[in-house]
Order: sequence, then C-alpha cells, then structure tokens
Amino acid sequence: MELHSQTIHALRDLLDRGEISSVELTEALLARIEAVEDRVGAYITVDRDAALTQAEEADARLRRGEGGALCGIPLSIKDVLCTKGLRTTAGSRILESFIPPYDATVVEKLKASGAVILGKTSMDEFAMGSANENCAYGVPRNPWNLEHVCGGSSGGSAASVASGECIASLGSDTGGSIRQPASHCGVVGIKPTYGRVSRYGLLAYASSLDQIGPLARDVRDAAIMLDAISGYDPRDSTSVNRPAPDYTAALVPEVEGFTVGIPREYFGQGLDPEVEQAVRRAITMLAEAGAKMVEVSLPRTEYGVAAYYLIATAEASSNLARYDGVRFGYRDHSQHELIEMYRHSRSLGFGEEVKRRIIIGTYALSSGYYDAYYKKASKVRAMITADYAEAFSRCDLLLSPVAPTPAWKIGEKNDDPLSAYLSDILTICTNLAGLPGLSLPCGLSSGGLPIGVQLQGNHFAEEKILQAAYALEQGLGPVGSKTAL
Amino acid sequence: MKITPEEILKIARLARISLSEAEVEKIAPQLDGILSYVEKLGELDTGGVAPMTHALKVCNAFREDEVKPSLPRDEGLANAPAHNGEAFVVPRII
Repeated sequence: MELHSQTIHALRDLLDRGEISSVELTEALLARIEAVEDRVGAYITVDRDAALTQAEEADARLRRGEGGALCGIPLSIKDVLCTKGLRTTAGSRILESFIPPYDATVVEKLKASGAVILGKTSMDEFAMGSANENCAYGVPRNPWNLEHVCGGSSGGSAASVASGECIASLGSDTGGSIRQPASHCGVVGIKPTYGRVSRYGLLAYASSLDQIGPLARDVRDAAIMLDAISGYDPRDSTSVNRPAPDYTAALVPEVEGFTVGIPREYFGQGLDPEVEQAVRRAITMLAEAGAKMVEVSLPRTEYGVAAYYLIATAEASSNLARYDGVRFGYRDHSQHELIEMYRHSRSLGFGEEVKRRIIIGTYALSSGYYDAYYKKASKVRAMITADYAEAFSRCDLLLSPVAPTPAWKIGEKNDDPLSAYLSDILTICTNLAGLPGLSLPCGLSSGGLPIGVQLQGNHFAEEKILQAAYALEQGLGPVGSKTAL
Repeated sequence: MKITPEEILKIARLARISLSEAEVEKIAPQLDGILSYVEKLGELDTGGVAPMTHALKVCNAFREDEVKPSLPRDEGLANAPAHNGEAFVVPRII
C-alpha cells in the first residue's frame, strides 16, 4: 500500500522500526498533494517548508527514542484553528492575511506529540455550512465523485483524509460539521463531549455548541488522535477538569452487554432508502455480535434544526462582532467614519451565508424578539436534552444514520439555505445536548458514494462509542476504497 | 411577511453590516422562509421549562489574579490593518 493511504498505527510501526523516516513520509504526502490537489481542493494553505522542517525534527526525536504517538505523522488542520505563524482564514476573506501569534491548545498538543502539520484545510466560512460550498477560497470536491460536495463544514479535512492528502485531520463540529463530512467522504469522525477538548484558539462560531475532534481512516486512528487532544485546559473556561482516559484501550471488538437504542425519529421521512439499508445492516451486525437492540424515542428531534438555527446564529452574531477591521482582519480603508468603516469592512469581508446568519442571530436577540426566538429555542434545547437523558436511562448508545442522504451534487442546494439546514437534522441535537457522537463508514450507495452510521453516547461515553464502533468496523469490513482519484 | 426589508436594514445596521438593495431583495425571502420555519417551536409547550444555555452543569471557572507573561505589543499589533507601533489606529471618533 502506498504511504499516503496508510493509517497512523501502521505508520507508527514503520517509523519506530526505522523502516521509513518522517521526511520520506512527509515527502510522499506532499507529492500526493501535488498530484491530486488541483482536482480535490482540500487545502486553503499548504506549508511545504514548515512541514519538512517539522519532519526533520520528528526524525531527530525518533532517533533519540523520544516523541509521542503522533511523532512524524503528517496531519492536516481545519483552517478554523490558530496555528502560530501559519495563516488562518476560517474560510473567510475577512481573515485573508491573518497570521495567528499563538497555537490553539489542540495544535500545541499535536506539535508536542511530534506531529507534522502539512497545512490548513478548506471549510465553510466560519464553519457555517453543510457542504463546504460557503468557502471564500473555492469548493472542495468529494474524492469519491468529484461532481459531489464533501459535506461541511469540515469538508476539506474529510476530503484530505479520503484523498490521501494527509494521514488524519482535525475538524470542528457545531451541528454535525465533523460527522457529516466524515460520512460523505467515507472516513471516521468524532465529535467529543462538550468540554472534553479545549476550544482555546478555535475561531468561535457558536461557543456553547462548538467542539474540536478528529477525522481519520479508521477507529483506532481516531482514538489515537482523540487521546492526543483531550484534556483539561485552564485557558478554556468551559473545558472540563476531569482526567481523559486512554481511548485506544477501549478498542475491544466486543459489544456483549451493550444495549443499543435505535431512535425511531431518525428513520423517518426523507431518509434515503440506500442509507437506511446500509444502517440496518450495521444494526444487524451489532445484534449478531451480542448487543441488545431496543427501540427508543427522541420525540423532540424534529425541533432540533429550528432551535439550533436560533441559538447558533445568536451566538455567532455576538462572536463575530470582533471582526471590526481594527485589531486584525480586513479593513475598508476608503471609509473615514468609524461606524461606516465597521460596516463596510464587515460587508466586504464576510460572505453571504455569514451575513445571513449574523442578521438572523441579531434579530433573534433583539429587543421585542428575544423571548419569542432565543429564549424559546433555549427552552426547547432543554427539552431535547431531557429526551436524551430519558433514552440513555434505557440504553448505552444510540445508533442511527449520520445524514439522510449521501453527498449531493455541487450547486444543488445553493439557492435554498433552508433545505441545506434541514439536511443536518440527524446530527444537530447531539450538539444542543453537548453529547459525543461518531460517524463510521458503513456502506456505499449505488452511485458509489459513502454512507455513514452514527453512534451517539451519554456525556463522556466516548470509550463506549469507540468500543462499539471498533466492533462494528471489524464486523463490516472495508466498505470500499476506490475513490475517483 | 415575517420580516420586512425595512426591518432587515434596521437589524443590519445594529449588526454593523451594510447591505445593498439587491442584497436585501435576495435575502428577504430567505430570512422570511427561515423565520417561518422556526415558528415550529411554538408547537411545543415550554411553560415551566428553564432555558438551557450550557451543555454541562458547570460552575464559573475562577483563578487567582496573577500577572503572567502575555503577548508582546509588536505581536499583538502585527495583524492590525493600521497601527502606529504603539496602538491600533482607527478613524477619528471625536
């Protein structure tokens, strides 16, 4: 197998035994990027020189017998995470020339482990989107079928893993932005429990929902990545001070004793029959492996999208107020009056979807509408969370599809934002309740596009999720590896 | 109409965003559709439900107020669209 399509754990052995060097590996990845990137468009920025320097340092550490689990492994990072000295745009024109003076905590942790950072991946502007079509730097293409979207908002991260342009990646998930592109691109994605991973250095979209997590080739790689980034960080006041377990230790392919809930509302109208069939196959597989399957209900699921689009946009309208053309980011220098400078800088710097969401959020928080919109949505959020608590009193995990359909064609939903919002219905409630969720490839559509199965767990139940996902992965076997590249 | 073009312009002013007439014309029906959709929340009786603003039951995170190293001034200014080496420069306010 070519180096660029290997897993972290396979490469770990090769690197540790000295059969390959990190420089050779990094060069192989850079060559792959050179070969396919013009067709995929997974990256906004590739930092060739820094990657090779980091690889040399990793090789030196390996020779000294040092380095962590990711030492020498080339990764990509969603362009929403601050990387010291490396341009970070959030997919927006407003940050076209922003060079962070510090690393996000997760980036700091990856570097401490010896990882090599190849570059920054494409994303929907400020993580607002479900197809990665709202990016100021172009639309990445699905490596399985270049006419289709990658999903979003971590579309570039998912595409870079699927296309062999990195070994694994970090994304962020506010309403499904790791799990849905992972599903559409046939890779594993984890959205950890809110507070499990520090958000310090993540350019905020909706702070009460955002969480950083890995996208990887298999469950073991995802667990290795999660091990590297988890843990308490005093610089993020919402980070939870609770020891992080060893996630790779949870990878036992056994599910006996597990009760898995099948939420009936996730199999309703609008679910593509091929998606349903692939997910049903996963259900059968887990049942045969000894898990007890029970039907459960999350009755308020259908209100998730409406609650989300009020809460997330309200938080975004506040978070994005910092882009005012003063301390960083784009300024319209033709304006000589302060308020007009703010307004023109923001109007020229932000894309259409971002402006739309800031306006919805400002409206939802504005005098006279606050109770009807934001407060009402926050109450529905509490009810959705209560539904989960009820379900988890009866089961350990919830199994469902990740997205109602495989990836759609580029451009198909461009003029109808609401229809794209509705495609997030199966992932959004996880964030409202702050729960962990995982997306695992479980089949291919007749059109050759990947389908994912989702496992959701209670707060801090990542180990159970990983264990069941690992068992499922072993049982299902490879779902296909023939991308369009 | 849930939201009129005049209201959109008012909200955009509050959000410090300037919109052209063409932009308002384009987003008005979109915002209208989204706001009509979220009316759906009205179907639920939320009487007696406390609003939820945080995913986990966590308390304020306090720390000692100690002086620690922070970003050097030149690094803090490095990304500014305009600065004079000491401070951010903005259009005259008074």
